[in-house]
Amino acid sequence: MEYVIEMIGIRKEFPGIVANDDITLQVREGEIHAILGENGAGKSTLMSILFGLYHADRGTIRIRGREVSIKNPNDAFTLGIGMVHQHFQLVHNFTVSENIILGKEGGFVYDIRKASERIKAISERYGLSIEPDMVIEDITVGMQQRVEILKMLYRDADILIFDEPTAVLTPQEIDELMQIMRNLAAEGKSIILITHKLEEIKAVADRCTIIRRGKLIGVVDVKEATPAEMAAMMVGRPVSFKVEKAPAAIGEPILEIRNLSVMSARHVLGVKDFSLSVHRGEIVGIAGVDGNGQSELIEAITGLRRVESGSILFKGQDIAGISIRKRNELGMGHIPEDRQKRGLILGASLSDNMVIKEFYKEGFSHYGILDYPRIQDYAEEIIEKFDVRSGEGADSLAGKLSGGNQQKAIIGREIESNPDLLIAVQPTRGLDVGAIEFIHSQLVKERDNGKAVLLVSFELDEIFNLSDRIAVINAGRLIDVVDTDDTDVNAVGLMMAGIKATGGDA
Amino acid sequence: MRKSAGTLEARKASPLLVSLSAVFLGIIAGSIFIIFIGKNPFDGFEKILFGALSSRRRIGNTLGMSTQLILIGLSVAFAFKTGLFNIGASGQMLVGGITGSILAYYLPMDMPRVVYLPIIIIAAAAAGGFWGFISGLLKAKFNVHEVVSTIMLNWIAYWMVYDFIPRFIIDPTISVKSKPIPLEHTLRAEWLRNITGFSTLNYGFFIAIAMAVIVWFILKKTTLGFSLKSVGSNRFCAEYAGINVSGSIMVSMAIAGALSGLAGLTYYCGYSEIMEMGKMPNEGFDGIAVALLGNCSPLGVFFSAIFFGILKMGRGSLAATGIPTEIADTIIATVIYFTATNVLLSAFWNERFRQSFEKKEEAASAAMKANGDARSISELSRKEFESLSKAGRHLPKEGR
Repeated sequence: MEYVIEMIGIRKEFPGIVANDDITLQVREGEIHAILGENGAGKSTLMSILFGLYHADRGTIRIRGREVSIKNPNDAFTLGIGMVHQHFQLVHNFTVSENIILGKEGGFVYDIRKASERIKAISERYGLSIEPDMVIEDITVGMQQRVEILKMLYRDADILIFDEPTAVLTPQEIDELMQIMRNLAAEGKSIILITHKLEEIKAVADRCTIIRRGKLIGVVDVKEATPAEMAAMMVGRPVSFKVEKAPAAIGEPILEIRNLSVMSARHVLGVKDFSLSVHRGEIVGIAGVDGNGQSELIEAITGLRRVESGSILFKGQDIAGISIRKRNELGMGHIPEDRQKRGLILGASLSDNMVIKEFYKEGFSHYGILDYPRIQDYAEEIIEKFDVRSGEGADSLAGKLSGGNQQKAIIGREIESNPDLLIAVQPTRGLDVGAIEFIHSQLVKERDNGKAVLLVSFELDEIFNLSDRIAVINAGRLIDVVDTDDTDVNAVGLMMAGIKATGGDA
Repeated sequence: MRKSAGTLEARKASPLLVSLSAVFLGIIAGSIFIIFIGKNPFDGFEKILFGALSSRRRIGNTLGMSTQLILIGLSVAFAFKTGLFNIGASGQMLVGGITGSILAYYLPMDMPRVVYLPIIIIAAAAAGGFWGFISGLLKAKFNVHEVVSTIMLNWIAYWMVYDFIPRFIIDPTISVKSKPIPLEHTLRAEWLRNITGFSTLNYGFFIAIAMAVIVWFILKKTTLGFSLKSVGSNRFCAEYAGINVSGSIMVSMAIAGALSGLAGLTYYCGYSEIMEMGKMPNEGFDGIAVALLGNCSPLGVFFSAIFFGILKMGRGSLAATGIPTEIADTIIATVIYFTATNVLLSAFWNERFRQSFEKKEEAASAAMKANGDARSISELSRKEFESLSKAGRHLPKEGR
């Protein structure tokens, strides 16, 4: 069998961590080859080596049977390797064509019309449906991704690397992308798909290379493997997709939201006359399509957004007007939606991040002077307890951690501060099965310890798996609150669209 | 385990190395210019050092000059560290200076110095701090960028001083500047003048050193510094964590302004004893270069301010050799240029370090092979690695 790409015995070390330890990857011509691994397993490092962003410490790379040395992305381009990055590299106020020919203008005066014609032709051939004259900022995220794909095809790449391509897409866009990948493979392109989502691999890949903690675990034929088998190989133990939890022991109400209205950033009411209470010992899940007022609701509860009218009672006290710090001190924990923007200071050490809410408290400081040894110990404790993997322990910069480990650090910080109410917004977004399982079990543990948990998620599976009660939000209004045991995905799905199961119009 | 074990990897260029490289390149550039005009660069640098350091008096003058550069450098560096860009140091200097000058003029001459000096120091810091606070307030409440507001406040201060000099402290004989402050009401001290041959060195130098220590302490050790730095690095995270973002911005700018206000005091009531109408002090902008070259660390700022002080005081002596004094400015400009493009310099050094590390790595693995040692490089300690790489230097290497 002829391999298009062979990476043999690749080793790459980073300070304190072996990112790739003797990994071999062989990709056949015209196949869709998935690389499956947890966050931080070394998938991205391996691909960065193939793409010339890193240099392997050891190992050889062969492209179409010829041994090559790839020093930089230009070498990779010359060999016909293109990469669709997780974060798009597009100029927002340029048109599609301008973005695609950027760097390939071919002289001082360039012919945009000729380029556009070629782009249109490629777009039609692979079913990308992209208009060359559209401006990037006017098109959807899914379309922007297709522009990235076009960019590769325009440069005659026949080996395409997709780095977690579905993280930013809606379910419908994911289906479209899968179809595009099949089209590309059918035309003889070889595709490497980096992902940790098993259903995607099942849907589209031919073979799958699984790596764990920098080591090659195995190569499987996707048709012959079950998701559970692949998950077990990825994580190193059997994975339960179902969260085990005992019946809820519901206590007194911790959070009582009464007739709350909140303005959105666009100066219209984002949350309208919303009432909900959360009790000790239960997880209340807020189900809804993204953008239906969840962010505004959570920001109002946590103090990041002003309350327009109504009240928020926290342990019986109206907190609508008090500062964020006071809310924290009253016992509110918050796992924010955007962990890199809100949750962490990426340029600061993990130890600083672990005390960012509490550094001023007696114990971490005395008379305004920080007690660094104490802070360091505290951070090491969290790192240990929540299995946060980082190259240099508490001294690691938060930005150097993988997404899953960043999230574990945040969850560790919030849980260690021992809150009475834990608000978790999209706590597992973009994470792999192992991390999701861990985070879910932590949330359930909090509930079992008699804490109140308020969960916001756009993934119904997660809501159903974790919640004791489900509150459905649509267009800023509470449609209904139902017991998880008394409902099903269909009923909640309808409510998410604004239709109340009992037939009444909300 | 508190610190992670020293992992084996190539060294990274330290900020100090980068700054020293910038200085070195600046001197090279200066030399080339001196050669172009047909003079000997060594003569030129000798003259600069001579002018700046050849006598107690000259050393005193250099330190006197460096005093305001240290304070301004600290001001800019403090703002930088907390995510703000203070280019209003000139205005804050003027405000601090005019406050000190007016007090020097009106406070009774028989006031004891132990009472007088703290009064003018606190007043100048407060005035400069107020000026900085205005920018902080505008940013926190109305989202006015501090670069815009500080520049505008520079001009407000400029015209305010232009009005205040004739109104309060005019020298009747020369009606464009203030009446010279009597010695006892400046920051100068008899004993300093005696040991440095009547140089401009004054108590301001000690204020500057104290401030460097205080700034270091605030940023490194205190909860205040923690809040300010957090807001500077990620204000969204700081807000989420319950830190008062608006308050932090105002406090940061006020502290930066206070440092510049002190610089104004040392400049107008210590280094000099008059204020001139219609003059914007250049030092406010030199401070940005000082902060950059000093990597915004208080110690770095101290040394880079002394370096700039040497160039500024030494340049006058260049003329004696027929080398234009602008050469010294050229060196300063080149150093600033290379400091600002420090990415290039650190990339240069990192590449060098990487190459030498790889050579060592090859040598070490060759040595281990020869010894029959089956461990991998990552299992070695730094010491073992160094000795093995020395041992294996002359062994044949396996091809990579």
